[in-house]
This record gives sequence, C-alpha cells and structure tokens, in this order.
Amino acid sequence: MPKSPSKPLWSQRQKLVAYCGGLIGLLVSLGALGQSNSSPVKIGVLTDMTGLYSDNSGKGSVIATQMAVDDFGGKVLGRPILVVSADHQGKADIGAAKAREWLDTQGVDVIVDAVNSAVAIAVSKIAADKHKILIVSGAGSTRLTNEDCNPYTIHYAYDTYSTGGTLGKAVVQQGGSTWYFLTADYTFGRSMQDDTTRAIKAAGGQVLGQSFHPVNSPDFSSFLLQAQASGAQVVGLANAGGDTINSVKAAAEYGITKKQKLAGLLVMINDVHSLGLGLTQGMYIADGFYWDTNEQTRKFSKAFQSKSGRMPSTIQAAVYSSTLEYLRAVQAAGTDDADAVMKKLKAMKLNDVFVKDGVIREDGRMVHDYYLFQIKTPAESKYPWDYYKLVSTIPGSQAFQPLSESRCPLVKK
Amino acid sequence: MRASPTVKYLGLAVLLAVGLAAPFGMYPVLLMNILCFALFASAFNLLLGYTGLLSFGHAAFFATAAYLTGHLIKVHNFGPGLGILSGTLAAAVLGFLIGSLVVRRQGIYFSMITLAMSQLMYFIFLEASFTGGEDGLQAIPRGKLFWLVNLENDRTLYYVVLAIFIFGIAMIWRTIHSPFGQVLKAIRENEARAISLGYDVNRYKVLAFVISAALAGLAGATKALVFTFVTLTDADWHTSGDVVLMTLLGGLGTVSGPVVGAFVIVALENELSDKVGSFVTVIIGAIFVICVLVFRRGIVGEVAALYRRVVGVREV
Amino acid sequence: MNTIFGVPITALLGQLVVGLVNGCFYAVLSLGLSIIFGMLGLVNFAHGAFYMVGAVLTWFALTQFGIGYWWCLLLVPMVLAALGAAVERGFLRWLYRVDPIYGLLLTFGLALIMEGVLRYRYGVGGLPYSIPDTFQGAFNLGFMYLPKYRAWAVLAALTVCIATWLVIEKTPLGAYLRAATENPTLVRAFGINVPAMITITFAVGVGLAGFAGVLAAPATQISPLMGSNLIIVVFAVVVIGGMSSILGSIVTGVGLGLIEGLTKVFYPQASSTVVFFIMAIVLLIRPAGLFGRER
Repeated sequence: MPKSPSKPLWSQRQKLVAYCGGLIGLLVSLGALGQSNSSPVKIGVLTDMTGLYSDNSGKGSVIATQMAVDDFGGKVLGRPILVVSADHQGKADIGAAKAREWLDTQGVDVIVDAVNSAVAIAVSKIAADKHKILIVSGAGSTRLTNEDCNPYTIHYAYDTYSTGGTLGKAVVQQGGSTWYFLTADYTFGRSMQDDTTRAIKAAGGQVLGQSFHPVNSPDFSSFLLQAQASGAQVVGLANAGGDTINSVKAAAEYGITKKQKLAGLLVMINDVHSLGLGLTQGMYIADGFYWDTNEQTRKFSKAFQSKSGRMPSTIQAAVYSSTLEYLRAVQAAGTDDADAVMKKLKAMKLNDVFVKDGVIREDGRMVHDYYLFQIKTPAESKYPWDYYKLVSTIPGSQAFQPLSESRCPLVKK
Repeated sequence: MRASPTVKYLGLAVLLAVGLAAPFGMYPVLLMNILCFALFASAFNLLLGYTGLLSFGHAAFFATAAYLTGHLIKVHNFGPGLGILSGTLAAAVLGFLIGSLVVRRQGIYFSMITLAMSQLMYFIFLEASFTGGEDGLQAIPRGKLFWLVNLENDRTLYYVVLAIFIFGIAMIWRTIHSPFGQVLKAIRENEARAISLGYDVNRYKVLAFVISAALAGLAGATKALVFTFVTLTDADWHTSGDVVLMTLLGGLGTVSGPVVGAFVIVALENELSDKVGSFVTVIIGAIFVICVLVFRRGIVGEVAALYRRVVGVREV
Repeated sequence: MNTIFGVPITALLGQLVVGLVNGCFYAVLSLGLSIIFGMLGLVNFAHGAFYMVGAVLTWFALTQFGIGYWWCLLLVPMVLAALGAAVERGFLRWLYRVDPIYGLLLTFGLALIMEGVLRYRYGVGGLPYSIPDTFQGAFNLGFMYLPKYRAWAVLAALTVCIATWLVIEKTPLGAYLRAATENPTLVRAFGINVPAMITITFAVGVGLAGFAGVLAAPATQISPLMGSNLIIVVFAVVVIGGMSSILGSIVTGVGLGLIEGLTKVFYPQASSTVVFFIMAIVLLIRPAGLFGRER
C-alpha cells in the first residue's frame, strides 16, 4: 500500500495562499476560453482526422470546404468567411462536446460533414437545441431523416436507403440472391443492413444471417468464417472506411472470395485506391458522385487533387457542394439567421458540381440523382484513378426513401 | 495549532466566491466537466490515498450511474433530482457487490480484479440495448429540478453542479476526519497491526469502497446531465486511468489534491486539443512519468512541502 | 453436415483454429509480461505499447529502409530489448525502493507517451503491411482455408515460447536470472551482477513483446491503438495463469484463444467478456492463478 506522503496537515492559512494564487493564475489563463468572435461567418468542419474515416473525409473535407469558400468569393453579405475544423476521432461524445463548444462560445454558424452516423445524430440534437444548421455529408444512417429528424438538420449526400437499396437490388438481379451480412455494430451498420435487406427481399432474395463486429475491428477472421459457414452467395459488408478495407483483405486471405461474392455496401474511391483493382474488380458501387463523370467534375476534382493528393470522395465533394449552397442561401436570405437560411435552402434548386436540380425536402433529405457503377478490371483501367464504369442512372425520386414512408414528425401526411 | 477559524472561513469564502463568479468568465460546460471529474477523482482518492487501495475499475461506477440516470430521465421521465439519486444509489449497490468480492485480495491482485470487474461492466454496457452501445445514450433532457429550476440553462445547471460538488467533497472530508476515517488510515499504514487491534478490516474496506463508489456514481450521474449523453468512453478503463492520473498529479492523501489534479488535466486537455490534437496524451503521459519519478506527493503535496520549508515548520 | 449442439463441426473447427492463432499471440505476450512480473514484481502496463512499437517498427523498417520481414524478425526484438533496457536503467530503477504501485503507474505513463506519439504521427487508421511472399496463399484444410501466414505465426510463437521457457528453467543463465530476482542480496554476495540481471530480465520481456509485434504486423491492422486493445486481455491471461508462472502463461494464453473461439460459435457477443469472467473467478478462488505460487 502506498504510505502516506510524509507531511503533517498544513495550516489553513497556507492552504488559502496556495489556493488563491493557483486559482487566480489558472482562471486568468483560461479566461481566454470565453472569447468569441462573431463578426465573420464561421463554418465548422467536424470530421474524423485520424480514425476510420479519415481518408474518405478528414483533412480532405476541410480542403473542400475552403475551396467552396474561395470559389464563392471569400465573403458573404460583406462579412469574411472563416473555416474552422475539429477532429472528433469517431467518438460521439467528443463530437457533440466540440459542437456544443463551437456553437456556445465560438460563434460558429453552421456545422458541416459530421462523418460517422453516431456523431451526426448526437450533433444534430445539439444543433437543433441551439437553433443552428447542421449539414451532414458523411453519415449514412437514415434515422437522420426519420426518427431523429429536426428542422435544422440536412442530410445532404448518401444514406443507407439510397446506397444499400440500390446495391441490394442490383446484386440480386445479377444472381446473388442469398446474403450474409458482416455488420458494424452501431447505428450506421444496422441501418445499412436493414435498408439493404428490404431491397434484397423486394427483389426476391433472402438473408441467411449476420455477424456484428465492433467498429474499428482489428481482426475479421472469425466473422468471415461465420459468413463462409452460412453458404450464402453474397457476403454483404455493412461497414465502411477502414473496416471495409480490412474485411476485403481478410476475405481474400481466407479464400472466401473463391466461392462467395463480396458486396461492399459503402465503398468510396479512396477505399478502392487503397485496396487496388485486383481485390475490388467487379464490385458494384452506388454513389452520387464520381470524379470522372463530366468536364465540370473533372475540373473540380483535379483542383482538389492538386491540394490533397487524391481524388475527392463523395463526402468531400458533398461538403464542397453543401458549403457553396449554404453560402448562396445566406446571400439570398440576406442574413445568417438559421431559420431564414433554412427556409431559403428548402426553397432553392441546388446546382453545382455535385448536384443538378437538387431539392431539400421537409424532412431534411437532399434529393439528387444516383448512379450505379461497377469497378473496372485492371485491364480496363487506362489511367490513374480510372476505377468505375457507369452501369445506370437512377433518378433521385426513386433512389431515396419516398416521403410517404417517412417516419419523420415534420412530414405532413 | 491550526490557524484561527477566521482565516479558515475566510479562505473557504474566497473559494466559494470564485466558484460562484466563475461561469461569468469561463465556459460553464467546461467548468462543470472539471467539477464532475474533481468529484470523481476525490471519490477515487478516498480509496487510494486514505485506505491504500488502488482501484483500476472506478469507471464502472461512474458509467453505471451515468447510464442509469440518463435512461431513467430520458425514457421513464424521472426528474433530474430523482434521476441523479437513483444513479448514485445504483453505483453504491454495485460498489457493495464488487467491494465485497474484491477486498479479500491485496495489493496488485486487488487492482487487477477491479480492472476485470470494470471490463465486465464495459461489455455489459456494450451489449445492453438501453445504453445504445457504440452510439451511446443521447439527448438526455435536463429537465427541471424540483419542478422549478430549469436546468437547460448552462449557468443554472452550473450552480446545481457546484452544490453537488461541494456536498460530495464535504462528505469525503467528513469521512476522513471521523473515527471511521482514522481506522482507514490505520489500515493504509499497517494493515496487520489494525487487524491485531481487533478491527474487522474487511468490513471497513467494503464500506470505504461503497462510499467511494457512490460518490463516483454521483459524479457520473451529474455528468450525464451536463453533457446530455453517455457513451462507452465513460466505462472504458482509460477513464479509470484518468482519475488515477488526476489524483497522483494533484496529490494522494490530500483532500484538495484530486480537485487540483482534475482541474489541471481537464483544462490542459481542453486548451491543447485544439492546438496540438492528440499530442495532448503525450504531454499528460510525460507529466505523469515526471510525477511518479520525482513529485510523488503531487502538486498539492509539493507546494505544501515547499511552503513549509520556506516559512519554517508549523505546528499542526 | 455433422453438428455438435446444433452447430456445424466445420464452423466449430474453423473458429477453434482462428482461436488457436489468437491464443499463440496471447501466449507470447503474456510470457513476456509474466517474466517481468514473476521476476521483478512489476506490472508492466507498457507491454501492449511495446508490442505496438514492434509492429510499427516493422512497417517503418520496410517502408523507410527496405528491411524485409525476415530481418525484422531478428532485429526488431533486439531493438525493443535495447529500448526495454534503457527504460529499466533510466526510469524503473529509481522506483525499486518505493511501493510497487509506482512502477505500475510509471509504465502506464510510458504507455501513454508511446501511444500518443505514434498516434499523433500516424493516426489510428492502420498502416498497411503485406504478407511476405513466402506465405502468400492458404492451406485448404477442408473445413476452412488457413492462410499460410497464420500457420507460420503459430509455429513461430510456440517455438519462441518453448525456447524461452527452456532457457529460463533449464539453463545456467536462466538460473542466475531466477536467483537474482528472487533473492538479490544473497546472489550479489556471490559476486553476480544483480542489477545487470534485472535489466536483462526486463529487456527479455520487452523483446518478446517486440517479437509478437513483428509476428502481428502482416496479420493484423497495425495501429497505435493495437496494444491498448490487447493489454487488458493479456493481463487477464497472466493473472489466470499465475502471474509468476511462465508455463502457466503459455498454456493459459493458448487455452484462452481456444475458449474465445468456442464462445464465438455458441454465444458470439460474450467472446470478449469470457476472459474477464474467468479471471474474476480465478482471482476469487485461487488468486495465485492456476499454475502460480503467491508471491
């Protein structure tokens, strides 16, 4: 046992002196925390800089946001625009605490990105409490526009209904009718599994079972063995980022791909780049953005690449787009008051490199066209980052959950 | 002998004044975070500094109370006061259960088993549906205390938290300066002798464990209200490690040590995480290593020793 | 298809094999830890961090210096052992006179530093390390494909464990180490350099952690958090096996891997908890562990 540090009780006066001195010193140094600067319009990029989703989002999202600010002109309503960023490390508590601090003390007007569904949901509640806008580009859970919807949250880019639903249908139609899921054990994974299952069943397939794995799992061996034992034709990977990359690698190691097909349900271009075409060829991707689609996307993506070293993922392109549209709405509304800007955003038609004639519905869902791609074989790829070939285009009204099925209290039935 | 009561009360009054004025100069949520951890660390110190038991699983009590309070308030519409009380009670009960099992072992085995128990609790929370697993328990409404005081306002909540904190510290102070506390110190200094004097040492240890667990739970339940959510981080063994750090840094076996330690660590993490990101862990680790090697008495202990040396030894 | 308790035998065997692989890693790590605890009475909280440093070093050696896997198997444990010796000389030796709790706390602080620095530098996403060419591919065992690399890992781990056990229990050097740590004063009277023995012991323990790190590099995600996730389980293994028993840690490590594999088949959610459950029971009934003597 630790012996008592050898000192007698000290007199109260000594304590007093020590306390006052220490406290005053600390308070003075911390007083600076209370400062806030309200003059510029502040955009807060809340992202995952070091964790699972750092390649698909992370620093790239900050770069994208700054690009949007620069392309808009750097100023709105005569005020400068400032971009701040923070790393939530994939943890909902850190993300929410940071959002709260931003909105309370730093005068941040809008938060963008919020990659990782758990963080997005947590932050959406805080933003709603404080009447500030949150534009989510990096989370998939459909809860954001259903049970957890609120008037201040916009779900901008993909969600598990559009992605999982499109892929489920496509793969079943190609012959993969029995499925086994490998699911990340949190809101995003479950949401993806649920939405994909719905599409599978609607297309006539069936789900034989699932394994839940912890987020950021170091080892997928045992889960993949369970998938193998199920005998399903398709192993659906209801996870993302680093988890998907590791699942695909492990599946190759354990020979899973000899008899079963892998369906990565949320794969982005950075993941394909990390894994290489050898491991990913033939997989289907459902996405709203690809850098090589047309001249406009190519121009934007090359500019992005020159700053970040990679092609933009959907999340990063969406962060660019949402920032740009937000600024346009502020300009049109003549104020940065959240209610007025929100009204404008829901009334505008959105047009930029990411979206054509996009609309934000009353449940916060931004509806845009969706594409089904297939990953090229190494032989088909002619130049760096030439990974996808377009299979079909799905209009937004079909890709996303119809309002009639929405469980959001804001939707008038 | 001690300084006159006037000086003593004057000192406490100054502290209270600072505490009351603080939310006008600093971000209240940060202050509340500090207070919760200060209480948590102080509760932990009751076991380590005063009874000589290093528990590496205190996060279990912190998280149990936090989750239960959050759940009761959010889903069963408990008021905040009743919610916090229930959480604290739950932590106390858990403390009793775990404590009774654990005190039979000494030294490193004691610490290891508290770690094991805490991991068990972690996985229970991971699997249980009401905790929300990796998503956490979110959007806990703060409600109205006693149907009157609206806690949604950060500053109002701060004063409530301050009151809770003062209550907790007072309890600890009372425990230490009571005959029961003397026995605890005796156990820490020389357990064999305490046994030979006829004390049922294990019963004392269990009781100390329960009090410590209850107060750690109080800190957790309060934190749930402050941040309006609870996540698995609160049950993680790194959180247990955090309080060990705070206590050691501030000074084992002193009442104010853990408070100072909590203040320093939370403030440091907050200030530096924007500037240096995750390097904060390195800095804290380095401070810790230095403390263990050179400043084992912690900030409070070292300052006291320095003061005594400079001013001359005072009689107690 | 044959089943046991409703579970296909192939699935069961598959999980047991995976469990065996994991168990071998547990064994090597807990071996190092129990050498350090058994002989020095120190709970090395930094053991997981050393393991992680070993893995990161392996990756670093390949990407920066082109030093391949086979060289790393030899060099990295030596580098880690040197690091361990430096830590012992520089930090730990000041703490032998005070309560052993401080040694534990010091290693905890060191772990924070090591993990913090590497996390800051590399993030937690994971550094890629490909399986060496010799081991590409898998053995078709019928009920599963066992990647060749993992089979090798089992072989290497068990060999090192048994070799270490032999050295410590059956050779003169081992005898000196055991004597020096059990009764330093007496042994010093014989003219043996006790402080050196202590440094060597710690260095060996850390070197073993480094070895585990090299083994793990191609098989698992190299991330600054990999040690942190594993260290608690390794503690549990050591405690169950008997904190001072080397054989105990090896057997328990492998055994635990197998039990985890079994649990994954019947009740997957409990597979991470089962070790703590067992540890709690062992501590209550037989605190010295299954193979240990109370120190």
